[in-house]
Amino acid sequence: MTASSITPTVTPAVTPTVAKGLKVALFAACYNDTMWPGTPIAVVKLLERLGCRVEFPQRQTCCGQIFTNTGYAAEALPLVRGFVDTFAAYDAIVAPTGSCVGAIRHQHHDLAAAAGDVALTRAVDALTPKVYDLSEFLIDVLGVTDVGAYFPHRVTFHPTCHSIRVAGVGDRPQRLLQAVRGLTLVDLPHKEECCGFGGTFSLKNADVSIAMASDKARHVRETGAEVLVAGDNMCLMNMGSVLARQRAGVRVMHLAEVLASTEEDPA
Amino acid sequence: MTTTYPSGPTSAPTSGPLQATTATFIGMPKFPKAAKEALANTQQRRNLAHATGVIRAKRAGVVAELPQWEDLRLAGAAAKDETMTHLAAYLEQLEANLVRNGAQVHWARDAAEACQIVVDIAAAKGVDEVVKVKSMATQEIELNEALEAAGIHAWETDLAELIVQLGHDRPSHILVPAIHRNRSEIREIFRREMHLVGRPAPDDLTDEPRRLAEAARLHLREKFLRAKVAVSGANFAIADTGTLVVVESEGNGRMCLTLPETLISVVGIEKVLPTWQDLGTFMQLLPRSSTGERMNPYTSMWTGVHPGDGPQEVHVVLIDNGRSHVLADPLGRQALRCIRCSACLNVCPVYERAGGHAYGSVYPGPIGAVLNPQLRGTASDVDKSLPFASTLCGACFEACPVRIDIPSLLVHLRAQVVDESGRKSAEAKAMKAMAWMMGDYRRLEKAQKAATLGGRLLKGRTIHTMPGPFAPWTSARDVPSPPTSSFRDWWKARNTDSTTEDQR
Repeated sequence: MTASSITPTVTPAVTPTVAKGLKVALFAACYNDTMWPGTPIAVVKLLERLGCRVEFPQRQTCCGQIFTNTGYAAEALPLVRGFVDTFAAYDAIVAPTGSCVGAIRHQHHDLAAAAGDVALTRAVDALTPKVYDLSEFLIDVLGVTDVGAYFPHRVTFHPTCHSIRVAGVGDRPQRLLQAVRGLTLVDLPHKEECCGFGGTFSLKNADVSIAMASDKARHVRETGAEVLVAGDNMCLMNMGSVLARQRAGVRVMHLAEVLASTEEDPA
Repeated sequence: MTTTYPSGPTSAPTSGPLQATTATFIGMPKFPKAAKEALANTQQRRNLAHATGVIRAKRAGVVAELPQWEDLRLAGAAAKDETMTHLAAYLEQLEANLVRNGAQVHWARDAAEACQIVVDIAAAKGVDEVVKVKSMATQEIELNEALEAAGIHAWETDLAELIVQLGHDRPSHILVPAIHRNRSEIREIFRREMHLVGRPAPDDLTDEPRRLAEAARLHLREKFLRAKVAVSGANFAIADTGTLVVVESEGNGRMCLTLPETLISVVGIEKVLPTWQDLGTFMQLLPRSSTGERMNPYTSMWTGVHPGDGPQEVHVVLIDNGRSHVLADPLGRQALRCIRCSACLNVCPVYERAGGHAYGSVYPGPIGAVLNPQLRGTASDVDKSLPFASTLCGACFEACPVRIDIPSLLVHLRAQVVDESGRKSAEAKAMKAMAWMMGDYRRLEKAQKAATLGGRLLKGRTIHTMPGPFAPWTSARDVPSPPTSSFRDWWKARNTDSTTEDQR
């Protein structure tokens, strides 16, 4: 097991000039908005701390992934249209979910094209390059890895499947975590293996899903971490609910909430 | 470009019959039920977790050695796409070159036709046994059963296929059909069964791999030396030379391909490669993806008949068996690129836990989940359930040497299953209602009010059981209680005295 401990240093200057006054639209994702408001709240606090002006377009709802992936593409199409209408005017759209970002990048075009809607397809193609997962936006657009966070805990990180294989965020979340003062990042064995959530898979194939989640929970416990961090709350819910049922004493937290944490406002 | 078959099926490759479900798999339960039973087999789970873990690590090591790996994947996909785009022409070219080199070519629309052709050839030779090279095509058409019905024993000579055959079992993996067995189970099968069909296992047989392999060698050797007819498949069929290729590890294939007088090769029509040069790409992709080796130990290539050397009568049976149906789907046809390497099985977390038998076909794992519903259609319980037997984690696509986008194909097939169901199910109604709710933010906000009211009533208590469709979730997992306010509530409260863009 490898543990990389980050030695606390002087609080860095974390307001690069590029971020000053940048108008950013937050796509909270419907399930975060409804079930885990703490995550989009953390994104707002974090981005404002870094000098961005954050807006929350109220008309936003769902990216449509759950419908597409369950076989209901027709139901997803109006949501693609709604997403484009809501966000087309912004320069950058930031979402604390690699899964929805992946769906927007890889399904919205195909859904629009399959419906034969040329105008919508063009609008999707113009919009999607401006949609970022939080970790991408921080590193690639704002150019910051050390976001000035403080989180004095032993942490392990699960890179969710859609973050790494669909959205393609790479090791950005780990680089952000390694720069958090006080945080000890412990490598999660078999980290790139799915936690077993898979949307409706967790209900339709509950037994296999639970077998996968149980193995994942075992690997999390092996790390001795107090906190399991990931960039998608649905995966965290799956892993966290098994850990909770096992009374494992491991807290699950979204990456955004760790990055928003400071001495003054600890998570 | 011609779109008709050279001399065989009358149907054009743009449409085609579905594959009939073979006897072994008729009435297979849907995937979740079969998987639940498999999960209870703790020995099998151990065996699979160990074996797939070892092979995953080996593959990752040898793939990392090649900086041009991604280029090779692109080249492999391109060669196969070229084949699929002009399949009829390449099949004609293959047939012409095979015939020119002394082979006899047969065309089979489906499993029954293919089996009949092989049975007739073997019967004409007057034999009561054939030796077999490991072949997915013959598994698919259940040739062994057809031969047995005609009084002809089909001896599997690949070690793992031998274990499966002796154990009256079914293969559970494309490359390693006995992956669900460990060595002590294999020892028991050898001791119990070998003496019934040939040379017995030695009395002092242990479960050491070396001793098990030795027992199999001695058992098989008498069959190799005796057999007059061999049956094989082919990994590749090269159109511009008329060459068939078998890639293997044990040398049993080489024995079967060279010793008997008659060789019958059953080959799926998607196995064609346009040119000899294309083979270079695939010989780099296949061994590394399948066994995790830089190169496999034995590669046999034969081009028709060579007088005085090797089999003097060479038959090639080209089978469709549902492939034209797959080819007709512009998105689905990429599944025909598959070279049966098993990399997708080895990286699949669902396969690792459910095992291969739950997929109800000789093609298990992620590729089986997309190939079977396309080859056989989605009428049966198991084929309807296969597109949903995945979390869409994407590990299969990442590992596939010919870049089959299995997750996208699964989603495509899910839509097909939903559409065919007539959208009358409770799920369809729930999805429609949820889509309506998400269609307007004001409706979402109303739903959030209900959820947060629930959150306030529950006061953070954990939910341990849920009714109806959510019951499976709570069998081993808790449910978080909803928060007392939504994100938008927080946002509105925070911005009450500032104008947001929504008042535009």
